[in-house]
Amino acid sequence: MSILHIVNKSPYEKNSVAMAAGYAKEGDTVLLIEDAVYAAVKAGSASAKLSGLDVSVLGSDLAARGVAEDKLADGVNVVDYAGFVDLVEAKDSVQSWL
Amino acid sequence: MPIEVNGKTLETDEEGYLSNLNDWEPGVADVMSKEDDLELTEDHWEIINFLREYYEEYQIAPAVRVLTKAVGKKLGKEKGNSKYLYELYPYGPGKQACRYAGLPKPTGCV
Amino acid sequence: MAEDIKKLMYVNRRAPYGTIYAWESLEVVLIGAAFDQDVSLAFMDDGVYQLMKGQNTEAAGMKNFSPTYSALGDYEVTKIYVEKESLEERGLTLDDLQHLVWEDEDDDWAERDSIHLVSRAELADVMAEHDMMFNF
Repeated sequence: MSILHIVNKSPYEKNSVAMAAGYAKEGDTVLLIEDAVYAAVKAGSASAKLSGLDVSVLGSDLAARGVAEDKLADGVNVVDYAGFVDLVEAKDSVQSWL
Repeated sequence: MPIEVNGKTLETDEEGYLSNLNDWEPGVADVMSKEDDLELTEDHWEIINFLREYYEEYQIAPAVRVLTKAVGKKLGKEKGNSKYLYELYPYGPGKQACRYAGLPKPTGCV
Repeated sequence: MAEDIKKLMYVNRRAPYGTIYAWESLEVVLIGAAFDQDVSLAFMDDGVYQLMKGQNTEAAGMKNFSPTYSALGDYEVTKIYVEKESLEERGLTLDDLQHLVWEDEDDDWAERDSIHLVSRAELADVMAEHDMMFNF
């Protein structure tokens, strides 16, 4: 059973990213949207929480916040809304860490 | 209450400001100024265009104090004072000119 | 008159788009600047993200209010403090932020930097000089 873990809160304000990372197992994906996209910035201290996990971020939320894609941690996938839907379809279930 | 501009019906809010910024065209200022019995001269248009450029750059309609200073810098000291601007726009250069320019009511306008 | 002017500090600790705090704060600052007040802004925690340059909200379908920070100088808001520790924790430097300036009317419109990079300890000292803090 694979799970898509969706997080929308900043890792520097809430522990949702850390919780999602702690619960993500082999075959799962962590999708960062809204303020959670800051967690994918390589130079930020929060990116360590996601190391070794399959991580995607919503590109439009990155752009809105002025985060350039070349600042992201290695291996992070940038998806658009269609990619978001594909992820939901590809996994057996969705857990939203709101 | 909506206004009629060149055959189009445009929504405004209860104070007469355009509901949708993108609805603006020069005809909007013509229609609004006619309702106020004001004839628009080149000097009026200079302020309207200035306000539209200001909004384009900063995404806000400036408070009148800010407008006055910015006009003074861009268009010269003889125009950057309240006397000049109030003569053009007796209902208040911030409120009236912003309305003609299709902008929201100035931020900081109380 | 001068002795009646209060020193106000707006403390910004939230990221720009996930909540409405950042925009509300900016609006209150602009409205407040119409009165005779001595205003400074502090950006710490996720608040530092508000000043990031290159924000493009088109695809996200929201109003991009980041250009409005450039108008603060016109509103005579010229003291903007950014906390160094908060930037570092997020892997950011001053180069990632907008370059905000104000123009000195008394000196032929000379441009001066509005943003001051300060440590937490320094910002605590600055905060202590204010009469009132508003939190967003």
